[in-house]
Order: sequence, then C-alpha cells, then structure tokens
Amino acid sequence: MSSQTDPASNGQPGPRPISAVAGGRASSAPVVGRDTEPTLFELSVPGRHAASFRTTQIPEWAAEELVPAQYLAETPVDLPDVSERDLVAHFTRLTHRQYSVDLGAYPLGSCTMKYNPKVCDEAASAAAFANVHPAAPPACTQGWLEVLVELEESLCAITGMSAATLQPAAGAAGELTGLLLMRAYHESRGEDRTRVIIPDSAHGTNPASVTLGGYEVTTVGTNDRGGVDLDSLRAALGPDVAGIMLTNPNTLGLFEEDIVEIATAVHEVGALLYYDGANLNAILGVVRPGDMGFDIVHLNLHKTFATPHGGGGPGAGPVAVSARLADFLPGPRPARLDDGRFAWAQPAASIGRIHGWHGNALVLLRAWTYIRLHGAEGLRGVAETAVLNANWLKEKLRGTFDLPYDRPVMHECVVSAESLDKATGLRALDVAKRLLELGFHSPTVYFPLIVHEALMIEPTETESPQTLAALADALLLVAREATEEGAAGEARQAPRTTPVRRVDEARAARRLVATYDQRS
Amino acid sequence: MTAPFVPHTDAEVAAMLGDLGLESLDELFATIPAALRLAGGLDLPPQQSEADVVDRLVDLGEHNRPAGRCAGGLVCFAGAGAYDHEVPAAVRSLASRSEFVTAYTPYQAEVAQGVLQALFEYQTMIARLAGLEIANGSLYDGAASLVEGVNLAVAATGDRRVLCSAGVNPRWRAVLATFSKGSGHDVVTLPLRDGVTDWSAAVARPASAGAVVVGFPNYLGCIEDLAAARDLADRTGARLVVCADPIASGLLRTPGSLGADVVVGEGQPLGIALGYGGPYLGLFACRAADVRRLPGRLVGETVDADGKLAYVTTLRAREQDIRREKASSNVCTNQTLMAVTAAIQLGWLGTSGLREIALRSARAARYAHDSLAAIDGVEPLSPHPYLREFALRLPVDAEVAIERLVDEGYLAGVAVRDGFAGTDAEGCLLVAATERRTRGEIDGFAASLEKAIR
Ligand SMILES: Cc1ncc(COP(=O)(O)O)c(C=O)c1O
Repeated sequence: MSSQTDPASNGQPGPRPISAVAGGRASSAPVVGRDTEPTLFELSVPGRHAASFRTTQIPEWAAEELVPAQYLAETPVDLPDVSERDLVAHFTRLTHRQYSVDLGAYPLGSCTMKYNPKVCDEAASAAAFANVHPAAPPACTQGWLEVLVELEESLCAITGMSAATLQPAAGAAGELTGLLLMRAYHESRGEDRTRVIIPDSAHGTNPASVTLGGYEVTTVGTNDRGGVDLDSLRAALGPDVAGIMLTNPNTLGLFEEDIVEIATAVHEVGALLYYDGANLNAILGVVRPGDMGFDIVHLNLHKTFATPHGGGGPGAGPVAVSARLADFLPGPRPARLDDGRFAWAQPAASIGRIHGWHGNALVLLRAWTYIRLHGAEGLRGVAETAVLNANWLKEKLRGTFDLPYDRPVMHECVVSAESLDKATGLRALDVAKRLLELGFHSPTVYFPLIVHEALMIEPTETESPQTLAALADALLLVAREATEEGAAGEARQAPRTTPVRRVDEARAARRLVATYDQRS
Repeated sequence: MTAPFVPHTDAEVAAMLGDLGLESLDELFATIPAALRLAGGLDLPPQQSEADVVDRLVDLGEHNRPAGRCAGGLVCFAGAGAYDHEVPAAVRSLASRSEFVTAYTPYQAEVAQGVLQALFEYQTMIARLAGLEIANGSLYDGAASLVEGVNLAVAATGDRRVLCSAGVNPRWRAVLATFSKGSGHDVVTLPLRDGVTDWSAAVARPASAGAVVVGFPNYLGCIEDLAAARDLADRTGARLVVCADPIASGLLRTPGSLGADVVVGEGQPLGIALGYGGPYLGLFACRAADVRRLPGRLVGETVDADGKLAYVTTLRAREQDIRREKASSNVCTNQTLMAVTAAIQLGWLGTSGLREIALRSARAARYAHDSLAAIDGVEPLSPHPYLREFALRLPVDAEVAIERLVDEGYLAGVAVRDGFAGTDAEGCLLVAATERRTRGEIDGFAASLEKAIR
C-alpha cells in the first residue's frame, strides 16, 4: 500500500503523520564487526543528557552572582549531548573494535604483554585505596604509606639496590629521573660531565631522555654477538662521560655477557651505570642489576609486574639506586618510622619532585599485589617460563626466519624477515598485518633499529605451549604463503578481517585531522 | 609453589626443555656469568594466595581514611589539584572494560580502532575546553604537562627564560624546577599580591622571555587576569602557557579565547578517582601552528585500504622512537586509559552537565566561603573572585585545624606551605568544594571548624 493512499477512500484510519527525527544518529546500528562507529559528536542531540547530581540544598545563585560577568563564557563549551544508554552503547561498540591481552596473545616485543591478574584491578578499585585524597595527612593514609614502603623494599630486593622512588609515572620518566640523579651525583663531587653513552640497540626513550637531562648522546655499536662492542665503548669512555644507559637483557633479547667488564670500565672513569629495566622480566630472581654493577635502575611496573597498559598508559617507572645515590632521590619518600608508623620524609640532597603527587599510586598498588601473589619463588618461575617460551618459539622459527644473533635468548627473540623479503618481497610489516587476521597481535616490528626487517617477539610466561605453537604455525604459514604465492599474495592484502584494513598513515600526517572540528 | 599465572604443566616444561636440548630451567640462564647469579632466593615477603592477599589489603585499607560515605570516610574539602567530583557508575563501568584496560599503545591501528577513536574524541573535547585547535592524547599529570608546555614554549621561541606566576600549583613548580636542571631553563617566579599574580614588576621591565606561565584559576583558587598575562607575553615575546582547571571551562571563558598559546592542566576532575594522587591525566592543548612541537601521541583521521574512515597515531616523526635524541619529548607510555575515562565522563556530562558541575561547585564554594568566613577569627586571604576553591587565614596553623577536623569526619582542606614560604598565604587553609558537597555537610564543617580553632 502506498503512503499516498487517501485514508478517507476506504474508511480506514490512515497512518498518522510522523515528524521527521532531526539531528543525531541512530545508535543501534549493528556494528559488531566492521561497520564504522559514528563519533560521539554525531550521536549528539542538543538537549539530551545523562548526568544527574546530588541534592544539596545549597542556594541556587546565578553564575553572575558568583563570578563577575567579564569572566563568564557567553556560550557554553559544546560537548556531545547523549543519553546514558547511547553513551554506554557507543563505548561498548568501540571496545569491540579493540584487541587486548584479555582477548588473546599479544607478543609485542619489549612490552611484556603478560596476563594482568584480575585481583590487582580489584585491589586498585577498592574505595579504601581509590578514594583517598593525596593531600590527606599521614595519619589518614597509614595503609597507603605501608603499601608504598613495602613496595619500595620489594623493588630494592628484586633489583639489588638500596633505596627507591616511586614517583616516575612511566619508564621514560624514570630514565629522566635517573639522569638527573646522575647529574646531581657528579655535581656533588664538583664534576661537570657532559656525555652519556648508549648502545645503538637502545630504545628511543633513552636518547630522548639524555637530551632532556642536559647531556649529549654518544652512541656505541653492537658486536657480532649482539652485545655492546667493548672496544668502541672503551674508546668512547673518558672523564667527560657521566654514565652509560644499558638494557640488560638488551633489546635483542640477549644478556650482555661482558657486563662485568663494561661495569669496570665505566666505573674506572668515574661514570655511573644506568639500567633500563624494561626487560627485567627475564631475570627476576636469577640475577640482580645491583650485582651486575648498576648504580641506577628503572623498572616498568606496567611490563614486569603485570599492571595493565590501559591502551598506552598509565604505567609506573620507579627508580632504585645504590646507597651512594640514595640522598639525591626525589622526595618526599614514604618512610617507616621507628615506632612502626609511616610518614613522608625528604632525602637530604633530593633532586626535588618529579610527579605532581606521589606517582601513579593505584598502579603501584597493583604491582604490590602482584609481588605478594608471587613471592621470591613465583617471580623466579615467571622469569624461567618467560625465557623458556622465548627460546622454544625461536627454535620453532629457525630455518624460516633469519636469526640475526643466533644464541640463546632471554625473554624475547628478535627474528628477521630480511631473507624472505629478498626472496619474495614479504616484509616484516606484511607479516605483522597477516598475523592480525590469523588471530594474534603482531610482534614489535622494525625495532631494534639495528636489525633489518625485525620482528621482536616476546611471548611472556603466561602464554601456554599450545598458544606458542599456534603462533609459530601462524608465522610459518605467512612465510609459506609468500614463498608459494609471492609477496602480492595473502600477506600484502592483509588484514581483511579486522575492524579496518591497512590504514593510510601518510595521509593522516599530510592532511591532519586531529579533532572532529578539523573534519571538513 | 610456582608462579600462579603460568599455565605450563611440569610435563610441558620438561618437553619444552627437551626440545631445546636442556635438562634444567637453570641452563636457560647459562649466558649469565655464574659469578653474578643469585645464590639464594630474593628476599621478599612470602608468596600468598589471592584470598590471603585480599585479607591483607582489607587490613591495610582500614588504616586509610578515604573521601566519601563509607567506614572511616571523610567529607572532602581538600582540593589543591585533586577534587572529589561525581564519578557515575556508567563511567566506572565503561572505563574498566578490559579491552581498554589491557591493550597496549595502538601500534597496530587495524586492531586498535576502539582506543584510537576514543582518543580522537578526547582530543576534540579537550581542545574545545582549552579553546585551542589541537590537544594530544595525554601526558602523565598536570605537572608533567606544565613541564612539556614550557619545553614547547622555549623550543618555539629559542628563549630559556620562563616567567612563572607563584600562583601556579607549587608542586608543579617544584617539578618544573627539577626538570629545569636538565633542560637549563631559567625560571623566574612572579610574586602574588592578595592571592593573584602581581604583573607590575615584570611589565615595568619586560626583558625577553620564552614562556609566561599562570594558573587559571590559580592554586589559591583565584581567577587570574589572563589579559595581563597575555600582555606580558606579548611584551616579552613569550608563549603564554596557562595551567587551567578543565571544570572552569564549564562556566568561564576558555583560556584559548583569552589568549593562551598552550593550555596544560590536570584532568583528574574529569571522572578520575582521587586514587592517592594517581594515575591522573595530563591535559595538553596548543595552537595548530605548534603541532609539530607537540609532545606525546596524537591521533588523526585517515582512511583504510578500502577507503573507510580509520584512526591512527600521526605526526609520529616528532616522537622519541623515530627522532631519538632530537625528539620533542621523551614520553612513550602516557595515560591513555585516563584520557578514555575523561572522554566517557565528558560524554556523560554533556554541554549542560559540565556547566552544571562548574556552577554547582561554585555555589558550594560560595556557601562554604561565607559560612567559614563568618567564624570569628577566620578571614579570606584574597578579595578576588574564585570558582570552587579559596584560602582562609585561621587563628591556628592550618595543619592543626586539619588534624582536629579529621576526628570530626572532615578533610578540612590542604595547608598552604611548600612553595609559599614567607608569603602571606603560608599557613592558610585551602578549601575546595564540588557539586558533591551539601548544605548539611558544609554547616557541619563550619560548626566543627569553629570549635576546633577556639
Ligand atoms: C627498552 C625500553 N626502554 C624504555 C621504555 C620506555 O618505557 P615507557 O613506555 O614506560 O616510558 C620501553 C617501553 O616502551 C622499552 O621497551
């Protein structure tokens, strides 16, 4: 029946005229899968809202009675106006377009994407911790201070250092803190040193932090066994060197075999050793940075100690130091008093604050919980299994992918698609994208920079042998497809089953649209 | 006991070792010099089951006094950069979805559209609150954003002199001072008079500078004159960096519309738990002209291989993994989950809700201000307009008052001390009110304070 039918013609009541629905967009489109999700701004209908507030009985003064008119906005800042139902639907649909550790393996090298225990989340959401104001006096925060003191003590035990700060919010913040500690130490001895040495395999935050710490970067090369080249290190050392930043195991997943010689050479010129703890997972309970000769250590609690990465953060990057640097630590520090109570204390020659409050406290609480759940034996078990998994996976890939520095690895292995690229045109990026449709997050690609077509694979200890075998099979399948079909085959098309296909990164940079308001 | 989250059976471990031609797990560590290897185990508290750890946490929690209506809970009048605003169930629930919580940085955009789009929406909303074109995908906290804002200003102008108002949060100023030891910034502090920045001396002798920094509202709660700050920036050739409270944009003109070049701030009031100070959210916004100096991650829009709308991190050439020692910042891990939380909270609030919490907070602050100032011997520090926070001079030291009021169930505020030594604000009580404070709570607080300072 056409809508044009005259309702009067057959005596039936016709359809009522229905007004058009203006503004906004339907939020019930079936978007599980690959349909584009509208932005919250497109879902907005002016006048709609979700918020409601407490009844307060406070006089309802007008804005003009509270703040002089010249300060008041003429029009309010425009925000999306949505119902709570649409808000929940929108963000829930976004989660359906997102991979995560809870969904499956995430062998992203250098990132230690292990399973994040749920009890740690629960600990961090308990009101007795989550609702404490950071300026509450110590008498009101004894429970918090005890957690922080115990965490510091545990981190010192794990690293073999004597004191720590929990303020740095992530690894890079820890690095810069460490460099400022180095500076304070040398200055206290009346020395003006200008250079910091880093290996060419170092993570990008290392050189960036060196610059922010006011030092110049001197890069040393890697020898053919994947370690720091001792000769170039010795040549680079001198009285103007403040320190060296090392990751051990390094970003190739290899233990620095010459660490004792390196430490001796560095200390001989009066410089300090900085330990980038991103890879600590490999050596928990096996060897401690303090025993290797390191003076300053940062830890990535969001790697080794299973605090979730939150899609890019928050993390926590505590810094532990040897006794001779303890007085320089950022303050205030949580302290255990003789009477068993807890308080804040300022180190004698503190470099000052490096966080607006006390650090990412709820992340620290998660790490405290994780350490308690493990104890000494459990942490050693973590390291052993992480290293076992990485070596086993590496053996599975032997013969198909290149093994650029072929010796036993620690918690991760760096393999290369260079030969495959030469033979078939299959690049590391293609491998990564094809893996996404085979059900795995990709490894880290093109890092470390010194390995061509690098695939840096860190399975972590929480993936089962079955998962590792499936991951290896997937990697071998990608290589086989390329050999059989050439590079233009499956991998170059991938991914096809993900919420979006390969994204045009160059276009994003060329025509910058970084807000909804910049859309034309 | 072994590691509780390791799935391997003993048989599987043995088989894997066999595949590697090894006999024991110890042999995995053969490349570590024997002399270095730990002989005994780590000196740690003993391993505990989940239930035992939870019991211990409950015990420890009993020694905390959180804000809110729970056992041992305090009615919170403390602010100083961390505020007791409403966080609704919908926001807590969405922000704890494990797809957001347990993802890494969106390096593989094809499987990270959820986080990327949430960040794109966040960037849009923060840019609007700031009144500027660009906002990044978050930094660690307000203090970190201030440092990065100053770094941007110094890099853009080539001038290391920083004129920083004493009204900027003293803890953030302390962080700026710490990092300036590395970057070599020369930070000059501009004093306050009656709670707001005294611009006169700097304006009278306007030597060139790279950054002018001011709080809006400032640490003592006062609404600063941004026109005067802009004027000083123009006279000195500096970028104007404004440390802004995002809630203020619900009522006040945005810092960008008042001349800010860079807006930094603490995003905790946007749906993030007090959390004993973290994780919080560093807000960062700037002009489009400065986007190539922007610190941290930026999400942009693009298309995929089929021409479909997609999001991706962009202008990556600024960042440490590519630029290394020449990067605009060293930040890598940021506070993405908190940014996603803020986007959800701002969506929950909407246009009217943001205005509402700003207005309701301002009303509660006015009611508290007038009630407390009516007490004999209590005097407001400043006659200048404020939004939701103000400083009071008490006949006793603020710390003493705070201690006494805890016994009555109130967190009375924050004592003004560090960063204000020798000024008239030292020893004052900084009181904040949010939309959550009721008339009954404020009346009770005033009555208790009156008793406590007698
Ligand atoms: C080796 C290494 N060093 C440093 C970092 C920096 O840590 P964050 O991202 O926490 O700042 C990372 C992490 O990305 C890393 O892998």
